[in-house]
Amino acid sequence: MKKALVFAILMAVMAVAVVGAQTVTITYWQYFYESKVKLMDELIKMFEQQNPGIKVEQVTFPYESYNQKVAASIPAGEGPDVINLFYGWLPMYVKAGYLQELPPNEFNKAFFEKNYYNFVAESVEFNGKYYSAPTAVRTLALIWNKKLFKEAGLDPEKPPKTLDELAAYARKLSKYDGQGNLVQAGLAMQPTGQGHNWIREILFRQFVNTPYSKDYRKVTYADDKGIAAFRWYTDLIVKDKVGYPNFATDDVTAFRSGKAAMNIDGSFRIATLNAIKDLEWGAAELPSHNGIKSNYASYWTHAIVAGVSGKKLEASVKFLKFITSPEVQELWLQKVGELPANPSLAVKYKDNPVYAPFFNGLAYAHASQFVDEAGQRTILVDAVDKVWLKKVDPAIALREAAAAEQKLIDEFWKK
Amino acid sequence: MTLKARKTITAYAFLAIPLVFFLTVRFGPMLYMLAMSFTNWSLMRKIPAFVGFSNYAKVLSDPVFMQSLWNTARYAVFGAPLVIVISFLIALMLDTIPKGKGAFRLIYVLPYITPVVAVSWVWRWMYQPPPIGIINGILGALGLPAGEFLNSTTQALPSILVVNVWVELGYCTTIFLAGLQTIPREMIEAAQIDGANGRQILGKITIPLLNPVILFLTVMEGIQFLRIFTQVYNMSMQAMGGPLNSTKSAALYIYQKAFMYFEMAQAAAASLILFVIIMSITLLQLRFFDRKLSY
Repeated sequence: MKKALVFAILMAVMAVAVVGAQTVTITYWQYFYESKVKLMDELIKMFEQQNPGIKVEQVTFPYESYNQKVAASIPAGEGPDVINLFYGWLPMYVKAGYLQELPPNEFNKAFFEKNYYNFVAESVEFNGKYYSAPTAVRTLALIWNKKLFKEAGLDPEKPPKTLDELAAYARKLSKYDGQGNLVQAGLAMQPTGQGHNWIREILFRQFVNTPYSKDYRKVTYADDKGIAAFRWYTDLIVKDKVGYPNFATDDVTAFRSGKAAMNIDGSFRIATLNAIKDLEWGAAELPSHNGIKSNYASYWTHAIVAGVSGKKLEASVKFLKFITSPEVQELWLQKVGELPANPSLAVKYKDNPVYAPFFNGLAYAHASQFVDEAGQRTILVDAVDKVWLKKVDPAIALREAAAAEQKLIDEFWKK
Repeated sequence: MTLKARKTITAYAFLAIPLVFFLTVRFGPMLYMLAMSFTNWSLMRKIPAFVGFSNYAKVLSDPVFMQSLWNTARYAVFGAPLVIVISFLIALMLDTIPKGKGAFRLIYVLPYITPVVAVSWVWRWMYQPPPIGIINGILGALGLPAGEFLNSTTQALPSILVVNVWVELGYCTTIFLAGLQTIPREMIEAAQIDGANGRQILGKITIPLLNPVILFLTVMEGIQFLRIFTQVYNMSMQAMGGPLNSTKSAALYIYQKAFMYFEMAQAAAASLILFVIIMSITLLQLRFFDRKLSY
């Protein structure tokens, strides 16, 4: 009897809901990147067809001011329901309580281990709770200009495989004018670009150093091995002079315009580089050292904002599941060029000359857990600048950087 | 009601609108900022708490803030006098030429009416190291070594300062020219009849009579350089005020605290410190220059 009553009430409530037939509208935010925005518009159409009664509104902001906009809007309660965030901002937003835990019945350890690369599972989890899920991921690769390789008498199909080869190639590919000014960089050296990630997650590890404790709360890169790695990097600037920060404005501009023969760059650059007519370029796995391979992975990820509840929450979860589904991940690769976050999709691209090096890197990549992405980047950039501009010894510069970064991390977790 | 009373009321009514605007858009937020500077308000904290003067202590013990204040001082101390002296000389010369005054004036005012962001980027490109930058291209062609400009911790600040001087010249020259035209010709002619030479006329007549203009420009340019932001933002890598904070101005420091690190309360405290500095310098300038002159 009781059961029947409950059932009747439930039915009545549902009937009212259906009669009311309110469409739930949820808002999705991401930064403006043309191919992403266009694809998202298409995806929203598909999603709305599959889920009558849910409407999704996409709002975009310029990349430069996106984080500001997010930080200012969510506490004011004017934010979206589902939001696209750089993974490096997650600790900050999770700690502030601006994101909500994803429903643990669907997004749990087993789910992430099955559907995502390790580094994703590790960096979306906070105290056993999962706060976001990405569609796509990015890694780094060595990219090189085939024409400049030919000019320098190097085989344009054989990129350097080790750090020693990389340095030797870079020296061969560098050109200077009569006064000794660098006019063609053998290797772009841009710590503000991907350089700081290359040092942080790759070079340190390849010189047999572990840059951070497992939870990224202890900075451990300023030992002899880490210093050797850092010195190797800065020597390319000050001794070998194969490139220097801001040469031809930055690494991307330098490589695009044929002023830099090699660069370390991310998979997100593929579309940009393919669009340049006369640029013959190739991508290769990052050079190894001491037999160690490493890579840096990063990603933009979707989260649900705190305070979203009821029907909106239900709709948001559905939408999140949809935009992280394997089908969407494939579309994302085709239309945007970012790599699927689900490892099972990588198999298909094993032999693709452009994508394969990036995919291979994913298998052994690390995603640094930043507490303050901009701040931590600046610390390493400043360390390189000190060596390069102020003639500070790399060992001293790196120890200062480690101390500054440790202070930043401690302050973040103390509060 | 008399006609006069009605007119007065109408005038007050119209004046009230800007007053309301000023109170709500300027003074309101300023008071709010003052209050917030005593809390630990951050965009990453939902409920701020009162923390007394700790933001001031934090900001004042931050070596980066101290460096940014020092940089700001250098922008102002070198920038403002440089602009005023050069623009005064240009205005004097423009005042003496009989033809083409308009064309020259246009040339000098062009940088001022060009958007600062565009100016900054063009100069940033001109300052590039070889083989990109035109300035280094010229130096190279003359057989001179390449300058480091924005890539040097010592040259970057002067490089940015020069651009701002170049931009502000147009404005100051125009104001000086207008000022020069208010000086009665008879006075100068009388002095010439009395046998005064050019230097005496300049020192005893032109400059004293231009005193209000000089005061106005000193105050305006002082403020302009003390709150320099856009040029530094656009001419340093990733808008960081680098290399190694060597070009970071106080305004840029405040901006970064607020919108990069989201530490609103610390940014508020730093703003108030900058406000007090600009205010006291302006008051000093007013006292120093505002001597009544009568002839």
